[in-house]
Amino acid sequence: MAYDLERYESFGVERYRDESPFKIHGGCGLAGICDESGTLMSGEVAIQAMAVQRDRGNGLGGGFAGYGIYPELSELFAFHMMYHDTAAKEAAEAALSESFTIEVAEPMPTRPVKGIVDAPLLWRYFLAPHPHLLEERELSAEDYVVQVVMNINSRVDGAFVASSGKNMGAFKGVGFPEEIGHYFRLEEYAGHTWVAHNRFPTNTPGWWGGAHPFTLLDWSIVHNGEISSYGINARYLEQFGYTCSLGTDTEVAAYLFDLLLRRHKLPIELACKALAAPLWSEIDRMPAAERALMTSLRAVYGPGMLNGPFAIVLGFNGGMVALNDRIKLRPLVAARSGTTVMVASEEAAIREVMSSPDHVWAPKAGEPVIARVEGMEWPIHGELHLGPAEISCAVTGTEHSCEPVEVAV
Amino acid sequence: MQQTFVQPEFRVKIDYDKCHKCGRCVQQCGWGVYDFAERPIPHDEKCRACHRCVTFCPARCITIEKNTLAFRENDNWSVGLLKAVWKQAETGGVLLTSMGNPKPYERIFDHLVLDACQVTNPSIDPLREPMELRTYLGRKPDSVQVASDGAGGFTLAEGAGMANNIELATPIIFSPMSYGSVSLNVHRSLAMAAERLGILMNTGEGGLHEDLYPYQDHIILQVASGRFGLNPEVLGRAAALEIKIGQGAKPGIGGHLPGEKIDREVSATRMIPQGTDAISPAPHHDIYSIEDLRQLIYAIKEASGYKPVGVKIAAVHNVAAIASGIVRAGADYVYLDGFRGGTGAAPAVIRDHIGIPIEIAIAAVDQRLRDEGIRNQASIVAAGSIRSSADAAKAIALGADVVAIGTATLLALGCHLCQSCHTGSCSWGITTQKPELTRRIDPEWGAERLTNLVHAWSHELQEILGALGVNAVESLRGSRERLRAIGLDEQTCKILGVKPAGM
Ligand code: SF4
Ligand code: SF4
Repeated sequence: MAYDLERYESFGVERYRDESPFKIHGGCGLAGICDESGTLMSGEVAIQAMAVQRDRGNGLGGGFAGYGIYPELSELFAFHMMYHDTAAKEAAEAALSESFTIEVAEPMPTRPVKGIVDAPLLWRYFLAPHPHLLEERELSAEDYVVQVVMNINSRVDGAFVASSGKNMGAFKGVGFPEEIGHYFRLEEYAGHTWVAHNRFPTNTPGWWGGAHPFTLLDWSIVHNGEISSYGINARYLEQFGYTCSLGTDTEVAAYLFDLLLRRHKLPIELACKALAAPLWSEIDRMPAAERALMTSLRAVYGPGMLNGPFAIVLGFNGGMVALNDRIKLRPLVAARSGTTVMVASEEAAIREVMSSPDHVWAPKAGEPVIARVEGMEWPIHGELHLGPAEISCAVTGTEHSCEPVEVAV
Repeated sequence: MQQTFVQPEFRVKIDYDKCHKCGRCVQQCGWGVYDFAERPIPHDEKCRACHRCVTFCPARCITIEKNTLAFRENDNWSVGLLKAVWKQAETGGVLLTSMGNPKPYERIFDHLVLDACQVTNPSIDPLREPMELRTYLGRKPDSVQVASDGAGGFTLAEGAGMANNIELATPIIFSPMSYGSVSLNVHRSLAMAAERLGILMNTGEGGLHEDLYPYQDHIILQVASGRFGLNPEVLGRAAALEIKIGQGAKPGIGGHLPGEKIDREVSATRMIPQGTDAISPAPHHDIYSIEDLRQLIYAIKEASGYKPVGVKIAAVHNVAAIASGIVRAGADYVYLDGFRGGTGAAPAVIRDHIGIPIEIAIAAVDQRLRDEGIRNQASIVAAGSIRSSADAAKAIALGADVVAIGTATLLALGCHLCQSCHTGSCSWGITTQKPELTRRIDPEWGAERLTNLVHAWSHELQEILGALGVNAVESLRGSRERLRAIGLDEQTCKILGVKPAGM
């Protein structure tokens, strides 16, 4: 089904809301690849990994995030934007120029690809926050960027921020992933980490902003699954101020990672153990200190535990983390070849990309696959201090979840 | 004596053709229904329909029928109301009754249905996959803080992590019933079953008999307004302490155990002289505000070596604000008792007309604690009345951590809900202290029946979780998205946080 501009009056949050009454049912495919040495790989690798998993989607959504792709501009925030029309572009650019020094503004390089129709206007910007504004508002650059993203997504009709991190970018839209990848000319980019997604929505028309990955700053998340515990996960997050306005499992997973990693400062390994908790029978067999830790972790974060079938890949500038649900109800295969770690929904993707992997394995339920790029910062987002309301608002563009902030729009 | 206007409620019929004339009915009946003159002669007016004689009659020749006297139709004045007026005109007294509110108020549980998985997310087979019911009762920290263990791993940071929680193998515990209102054999049965099940029994306000000391790790000891049977030594024994403010069947009402029931054992356990009335005042005379409650909570923690302390309240109109105050006062759990909750004795007017349904109370309290960001600071125990594993699952989905069952446990021990516990003559040997009756319950037999009951309900909870596609009870707890309402009005749905079916 083509992306039908006429059906909607605007491009932003209404579209999300349009999807939100329904969870995104159905299967999906995903892949993630990371060279821990920091060596860059062409985006073609990610495209190949998704092309062999074509059957896992239905052409209503495909997307990629690449890390290390803008080495010359790595100190600037890279904004990938989607616009419904030129009016939206003008309004968003006005907001951007008031908030940032725009070092580069250019249309996203694309090529015509059969099957990709009705694309929105796609632009990218490389931005530096005005230093005096940061000082005036006593904000870190990251806080500031999130506030701007929040304001654009919630206030500028027809504009949507697809990604906003440094030295990374999200490329996503309506189509099969290999079509989207070629449309965005990903083979011309080189990154140390790529995550990719193939979407199979069964009940929504699909729109460009709704494709995975979900991003905020340099985080990206792709997700295959259906969280049967969605109801309590969302209520748990609400207690901390997050607003789950989209009704999607991916949103819930994104906030849970934000809560556990950034706000509760849990190491990634333990955050994964909280979200895909080991069985009590396993915990009971652990040595005393570990048992005490895991018992507390499970009892405290029980309402946040993601229960139901899922496989998830979280990408960021320091690498990636892939995680399966606690009894492995969705596929996830992993492989290592030298310094390269890869995960995918299907082994075929791994065999397509890695000619002779050293080791291919099926990660155990709840056992995260973690790839860390040497020399990269870890953990991540040290400079982001904003509360959950702002995070929810930035991710979803839903205004009611936060107070407006004083960033020009 | 004045002729009573109140006609018997039941008719006891014996098929004398079948009767063995064995006299067992005479011996079984705690209410003295039968005389024996060559054959059993029933006195209908004494019958409570407890079915003890029916159950044990070897000839199965006894039937109990409703005394269906015709009155002229009147929707306004029910026969029950007429009888109440006649009784009060005869006696001038408050009408006493027992067990839970039987009136035809809407039963919200019966208007809630659960979800199940189809296609897009799979259901899970509880016979093949682990299905976890373990629950921790008590205060949880907001987050878990960790430190490096020096070997590339992690350990709990100093003083972080969950402390003073009680591990329950299943989210079902036994509700408080005091020794005095029930027999020691009932207490023994409950304590033995609690130990076998990995759950908790609750002494109620009558203290802890020393026969129960071996089970102390599975016992909640109640501190009620009468302060019966308490001293530092006993406080140190229980797994948790519970301050009883109120009870669903009689919110705002104290208790009165008549001196005849205070035999040597009860007197020793309650620590009061034999033969004196045991009176629980309506309020605690040292709690007239939430600050006072806080002091008592901490005094008990101090005296007991920092055991978890819960507070039991009746579900009343303002329950959410009260519960929030209780959590802020330092309670480790809040025990909510709905207006259908049972009692050993209560004025009928109170039992039948005061309080709110437990479903509403759970929903309101859970939401309030979440709104205030303190839901993790205390567990919610819900009771009054949980009649089945389905009620338990719905209570948990509305937001309860644990459900407590009382009436169901007594049913397991033989109770037939005749609502006559206050007479002290329970034919089933449950709510009585008469030795010839209490010995009808063998604690070993009782413990087995209670264990069976909770096992059965736990298996059913596992079936429900499997259908919902989750394999741990924490994924159901508070997950109101998995409930839908049928035939509830919009406002009630809103309070419950539940969508109508079809949405
Ligand atoms: S118990 Fe049954 S058989 Fe025996 S005397 Fe009574 S009615 Fe007759
Ligand atoms: S416990 Fe009470 S209601 Fe049950 S049979 Fe005995 S007297 Fe009747």
